[in-house]
Parts: sequence; structure tokens; C-alpha cells
Amino acid sequence: MAFLDDLLHGISIFYLESALSIKMRYCAIIAQIDFNHAMLNTPQSVGIVSAQLAQFDTPLQCKSGAILPRYELVYETYGTLNSDRSNAILVCHALSGHHHVAGYYADDAKNIGWWDTMIGPGKPIDTGKFFVIGLNNLGGCHGSTGPSSINPESGKPYGASFPVVTVEDWVESQARLADRLGIQQFAAILGGSLGGMQALQWSLSYPERVRHVLAIATAPHLTAENIAFNDVARNAILTDPDFYGGNFYEHGVVPRRGLRLARMLGHITYLSDDAMADKFGRTLRSGKLAYNYDIEFEIESYLRYQGDKFAAYFDANTYLLMTKALDYFDPARDYGGSLDRAFAAAKADFLVISFTTDWRFSPERSRAIVSALLHNHRNVSYAEISSAHGHDSFLMQHTHYHNVMRAYLDNIAREFSA
Amino acid sequence: MNHNDLSALAAARPDFAAIAAWIPEGASVLDLGCGDGSLLRYLKDARNIRGYGVEISDGNIEACILNGVNVIQGDLESGLSGFENNAFDYVILSQTLQATRHTEPLMQEMLRVGRAGIVSFPNFGYWKNRLNVLRGNMPVSKDLPYQWYDTPNVHLCTLHDFETFCFKYKMQILDRRVMTGDSNVQLLPNLLGSTAVYRFRRAV
Repeated sequence: MAFLDDLLHGISIFYLESALSIKMRYCAIIAQIDFNHAMLNTPQSVGIVSAQLAQFDTPLQCKSGAILPRYELVYETYGTLNSDRSNAILVCHALSGHHHVAGYYADDAKNIGWWDTMIGPGKPIDTGKFFVIGLNNLGGCHGSTGPSSINPESGKPYGASFPVVTVEDWVESQARLADRLGIQQFAAILGGSLGGMQALQWSLSYPERVRHVLAIATAPHLTAENIAFNDVARNAILTDPDFYGGNFYEHGVVPRRGLRLARMLGHITYLSDDAMADKFGRTLRSGKLAYNYDIEFEIESYLRYQGDKFAAYFDANTYLLMTKALDYFDPARDYGGSLDRAFAAAKADFLVISFTTDWRFSPERSRAIVSALLHNHRNVSYAEISSAHGHDSFLMQHTHYHNVMRAYLDNIAREFSA
Repeated sequence: MNHNDLSALAAARPDFAAIAAWIPEGASVLDLGCGDGSLLRYLKDARNIRGYGVEISDGNIEACILNGVNVIQGDLESGLSGFENNAFDYVILSQTLQATRHTEPLMQEMLRVGRAGIVSFPNFGYWKNRLNVLRGNMPVSKDLPYQWYDTPNVHLCTLHDFETFCFKYKMQILDRRVMTGDSNVQLLPNLLGSTAVYRFRRAV
């Protein structure tokens, strides 16, 4: 009987082990599937990126009449250009932006692109589907030719001699970069704020070269109040004794005080009253009033910190130039003030997005764009996102905003993958 | 959308097919309170229209974009100021009339922005609704799927009420289709029809 017991025991263990092993293998397969599934659907970083430089020797005729004989543009790309070059997206930057839009650098992992929440595998601008280009605009201070670059003709920084470039000039220079990269037509061109203005201008300057325009937190032109804010910011820089008429480089100084004030003012206008109240309220740093002019309220501390941080790396001339480009943008100007007539040239489809608490580029300004597009029978969708963060909302992670972007961009991706 | 999807949608929403029957190929259409964009999608596929929807809810904005239809986020109750006079061949208010607060001004706006209007709504005069009220209860049904305390419907009407309204405000009714489920109702429509679709324009 003992033999029979051992035999039965042996057989049952054999079966148990086989069953366990099958189950474990099955579990492993399931886990692998889950893992793959998660990898495909979890938004990720584009990872390590590096900047590239394109040199242009064909003179650029600026709208102001000035001619830039040669220039360089620094740019980054993410994702892969497909075989018929139909999946390219151009991301245009706003006032203080640049070409480092997503990912991070091998030697500086903390330097994450300014729109990394929006761009990457599985993110709304999915680099698994699109070839995304970010560049630093002409006149910038992050590697493209600008006022702080050395003018090869004089061997000195351009300074005040750098032409005042416009949104139209940027679009022209971006089109040349597109030529260089072999992109005849963009699947989409997009941007927020001043970046949105460039995206809109593309649809007017090169209607055949862009299928979709995503204009976010932008305006068809600045209001008087908006220009006024820019002018106060410019005055802060222009009246700084260290500005030297724009040629401060030769004096080994930077108009730091002016730049700092300009940024502090700008920063106030990018936030909302509610967001500031929420974040800072009337909180005092030391808990009690000091009755002097040192930093007392948290908001003062925050603004000065932001101002100092910005003044440490941004070029004062670039700031002046960018604010002027904002002020000048007005496609209706050449059409007797009629935005309807200005957009008659456009052939793209549009997604227009605004944010409820954005008082610098208010929803009303976006609705004016939508109205002109409707007049011209363009395909257009418009979303007004409820967000507490004012103009800066367009840079924030916001589920509904990102869902709208994702839905629209997924439809674009279907056009070329179908 | 393939033929099967179109048929399925038409079966689920018989008013869609009724509306499509009135809209010529390639017309321009504005759909007020367009929901997830199903009707616009249907008309785009069935009639190749150039269409736009107006919606207030965030969820429906996402749904419309997913559906591949144009949608403008906005509140119908504050008027249609973003739209030009006679910008559309048809302005549609599908199963939304009864939930509008400023019903009369909105109807006027429809005929400012569009050359013709199309409205569909549940007929409160339908015999089952009348029976409910006779029994002493507010009606709850497939067409009126709400309790009295959670209904968005603030301006329910009967066919007779709607036609009186149109006469009073100088709106000319061009067509009417009355349905119960997916069958047409010819006899005693105000009593036997559960849903009505009207096509109308400004009376000249």
C-alpha cells in the first residue's frame, strides 16, 4: 500500500507542478502583454535629444525693409519623418520660448523641453505618429542668429543693428528650414500666444504648405491695453543705464534691472487674479509686517525671483524684438482692418483654443479668429477651456485641454496613416 | 462611416433620417446643441454637408472632435452673435428646443443666421403623456426620460402649441413630420405622434 501511496503522491505532485508551471508561464505572458500595453499607452518622454544648426546664405528680406544677408537657425526634431514626408508638425514658440520643446539633454537631464507635457510617445502630440520640429526664432537668444550673435561683417554682436523682425519674417525663415528638411507641406503647425500668431500667419503666407493650424491662447492682433503692457516692459529695458542703446555687450554689462522689471510685469499678466490669490494670497514671508520696503509678501518674493532668474539668461534685445513682433502682428491691417478678408487666403483646417481666465489673450480674441474662419467657410473647431491659470494655462497639464488636442491630432494622423 | 453605421444611426434616431431627407447635397448646416456630433456626422456622410455644431459641454466638444465634425464651444442662450446673417442654408435645433430658456429669441436667431430652420422635439400632446398627466403624474418615457425634479426640459410643448407659436412670430412652416418610434403618423398627429420635426423659414 505504501508503494501505491508513493506512486499516487508522485503522480499528483507531477500534475500539480505541470499545472503550476503552465499557470506561471501563462501569467508571465499576460504580464508581458500588460507591460507592452502599458508601454504603448503610457505617455513617455522623447528621451535624450540634441539641437541642430541650419545655416542660410540666401539673404532674408525683412518686412521692415532691412536685409539679413545670412543667418543660422537652431532646431530640434522628435519622431521620424515618414516616407512621403506628410507627418511633420512645426511647433512655434512664444515670447521667451526656444527650440528645446521636448525631451532632455544627455549632459543635462534636468533641462526638460518647455512643452514636454504635450509632446512625446503617447502624448497628445504623439512622436510615435508625427515628426515634430521645434526651432528658435530669428532674433532669439538660444542659438539662432539674434542681437547677441556676432555679426560676421563687424566681428561684434549685432546689438541695436539687428533688424526688428516680424511674425511674417519668422514664417519666411521657418519655410526655408522646412525646405532644408525636405518638407513641402506640414500636417500641422501650432503654437500658443505669439506661437499661435506664427501658426495663423503660415496659413496666410503659405496656404498650400499647411493642412492644419492649431492656434492656442492667441489673438488676431494685440489690443491697445496689450501693447501698453509691452511698452512698459520695453521702457524698463530702454531706460536702464546699462542698456547703452542696445549695444551693452561692448560695455560688458547687461541691463539686468530693466529686463527683470519687464519680466515681472509680463509675468503678472500671464497669471490670473484667482491663481495668484490661490498660490500666494496675502501671505507674509516672515509672518508679520516689517513697515519697510524689503520683500514682505510672498508674491513679491516670487515675482523678484522670476525676474532675477529670467534676467540671468535672457537677452534684453531679444525681449524688445519679441514684444515688437507681438505688437506688429495684424493680418487684417493690409485688408482695411477686415479679418474676414485677411483669412480669405487660408486653405487649412483650424483648431482654435482659448482659456477662460486668460485676460491677456482673452477668449473673445479667439472667437474673432473663429468668426473670420467661419466667414471663409474654413473647417474650424473652437474649445474654450475652463482653467484657473490665465495665459500660462496653455503650457499646463490639463486633462480636457490635452484630450481636445489629442482627439484633433489623432484625426490628423489618420489622414496619412489611412 | 460606412453604410451599416449610417443605417444603425438612422434606426436609433429616426429624426436624423427625416432631417436628412430635407437637406440637399452639399448644403451648409449649423447644428445648435449638437451633442456628440452624431447628426452632423450623419449628414456629412449622407448628404456631404459643410457643417458646424455649437455645444456648451466640454465632454461633447471632445466627442465632436473625435467624430471628425466642426464644433464651436458656446452657450446658445447668449445668442448666436458669432455667426453672420444668412450664413447657413439650414440651422438645426434637434431635441433641444424644450431645454432652451430663451426659446423665442433663439428661434429668431436661427432664422437670422440660417435661410431655413429645422426643429425636432418630443410632443407633449402624445396620448401616453396625456394619460400620465390624467393619472396625476408627470410623464417619463423614452422621449422624456427625466423625472420632474431633474429634467432639463423647461419649455415642453405640443404640436399645436408650436404651430401657434410659429404663426404668432411670423415663421412659416414648410414641412412637418410626426413620428412614433420610426413610423410616420398621419392620423391625429398631436395625439398619436411622440416626436415632431418641422422645417420652417421667415414668413414673407
